[in-house]
Amino acid sequence: MNNTGINTPRAAFGKLLLNESRLAWRVPVGIGTGLGLPWLLLVVFAIIPGTTQPQSEFGGISYFTLTFPVLLALTVSNLSFMVLPRSLIKYRETGILRRLSVTPVPPSWLLAAQIVINLATAAAGFVILTITGVAALGLDLPQNVLGFLAAYLLTVTSLFAVGLCMAAFIRSEAAINGMGGLLFFALLFFGGLWIPRPLMPPVLIRISNWTPLGASVDGMQRAMSGSFPSLPSLLVLAAYSVLFGYLAVRYFKWE
Amino acid sequence: MSQSINATAVSVSHLKKNYGKVQAVDDVSFDVQEGEIFGMLGPNGAGKTTTVECLTGLRRPDLGAIAVLGLDPQVDRAALHPLVGVQLQSSTFPDKLKVSEILDMYQSFYPNPANPEELAQALGFGEKLGSYYQTLSGGQKQRVSLALALIGQPKIAVLDEMTSGLDPQSRLDTWELIEKTRGRGTTIILVTHDMEEAERLCDRVALIDQGRIIALDTPYGLAERVSGGKQVRFVPSQPFEDRLLKALPEVKTIQRQGERIKVVGSGQLVNAIILTLAQNGIEALDIQSEGATLEDAFVQLTGRHIHEDQGTPST
Repeated sequence: MNNTGINTPRAAFGKLLLNESRLAWRVPVGIGTGLGLPWLLLVVFAIIPGTTQPQSEFGGISYFTLTFPVLLALTVSNLSFMVLPRSLIKYRETGILRRLSVTPVPPSWLLAAQIVINLATAAAGFVILTITGVAALGLDLPQNVLGFLAAYLLTVTSLFAVGLCMAAFIRSEAAINGMGGLLFFALLFFGGLWIPRPLMPPVLIRISNWTPLGASVDGMQRAMSGSFPSLPSLLVLAAYSVLFGYLAVRYFKWE
Repeated sequence: MSQSINATAVSVSHLKKNYGKVQAVDDVSFDVQEGEIFGMLGPNGAGKTTTVECLTGLRRPDLGAIAVLGLDPQVDRAALHPLVGVQLQSSTFPDKLKVSEILDMYQSFYPNPANPEELAQALGFGEKLGSYYQTLSGGQKQRVSLALALIGQPKIAVLDEMTSGLDPQSRLDTWELIEKTRGRGTTIILVTHDMEEAERLCDRVALIDQGRIIALDTPYGLAERVSGGKQVRFVPSQPFEDRLLKALPEVKTIQRQGERIKVVGSGQLVNAIILTLAQNGIEALDIQSEGATLEDAFVQLTGRHIHEDQGTPST
């Protein structure tokens, strides 16, 4: 954006961020679906009898441990498919981005503030789920921490890229509610929220491997049981990040 | 205009803008002087909003040149935006932000902002600063939007339908604030279809219809153009012959309505009539005088009433 905002006090971004945080707190859709719901599911899965027993069919880890990556992916999916694009589309639809574009602050700053808020919510979800799981529910820490973090970070970049791309192409809040929901459930299905990936038939596994949530959950689950995420799943995630990130940047409209 | 030497704040020449086949703005040219309140008056769909959107860089003109404070709104957006305050039609803000939080954020965008509380007081929504935006009435939202246009203490304020939806008292308060703001040297471009507002505030008014400026003058000057611009009615103390008044350059027509006489004309019509009659020993009793208004001028120049095609969104 060349020299846009060069005379703008740095405080302006802080104020934008502050107001977006207030909104995230006062209309806690992101906190509810990105933090509350996965946390609740985590507790429920832990309480169901037998889920914390190691299973040979899951490579010696428990169903609960296997589900943990799916719930982390759920956190990021909610924020990136529903919360983030809905805010941006609403800001565009109601002229808030347009109004900003005639101030010294470019509307891209509001987009940046939204990304920061949702990344922070995702990070909080990661921390809260991990602490609750390990401290109270008998979750085993990933045996390959580095591999786990790599898969998680690529999950975040790829899903946020898809979400931003949705914000670029979808024009109305009503449409994003429908589309976002549909994509959310379809992708989480391939991520194994209903059928754990190790139990999926081979056809589903093959499709799942090419979806962002399939690749994400595959990577994190392998790290849970000690190996580094497979290169193909990391590459799939990286490819989604780059491709959808590019499309979002290329086609995003401010009004 | 109070200043003796005025620099040009805005210069528009041969502006054209189409939306598909619709010629929204068709060869519009005008200059606005620094410190002036310049009105753009016309019915909905006349091209007023499109013109000011080109001025603020929101739209790219198809043809023509625009300079705002010497800057090109398309090329020099970064330099221009700290200097220009804009009120857009139908802008909204998040429901769950408080009014004070919105004002505080916007003031942080500008190098030398106004005090948000003083501005809110002046516009009569001081008691709403702590309320959520969603609890505001339409008129209050409108005034918040105006406050945000002025919060950067802009050199130029572009205000699109600033008093639409306001109750009469808020409308008067708003006018007063605009006059004060101009008093501090701000140039104001006012888009309106409110005749009274244009008459009260504007130094000059461009009458716009179907994408063209059909007249540009002071509100008084526009009213003066109307044929039969002024009417004087009176009852003479004794009979006299029409030719006595017909000889005056100010007088166009004379009509007798029973006892009363109705004279239509222009210039210093009342003075001319009283003086001439007095010279002939006649008194003019019960004098009523009315001037043509901006509204008369609009009707005569366009052949239509300004509120005829209400209901379509303004472009």
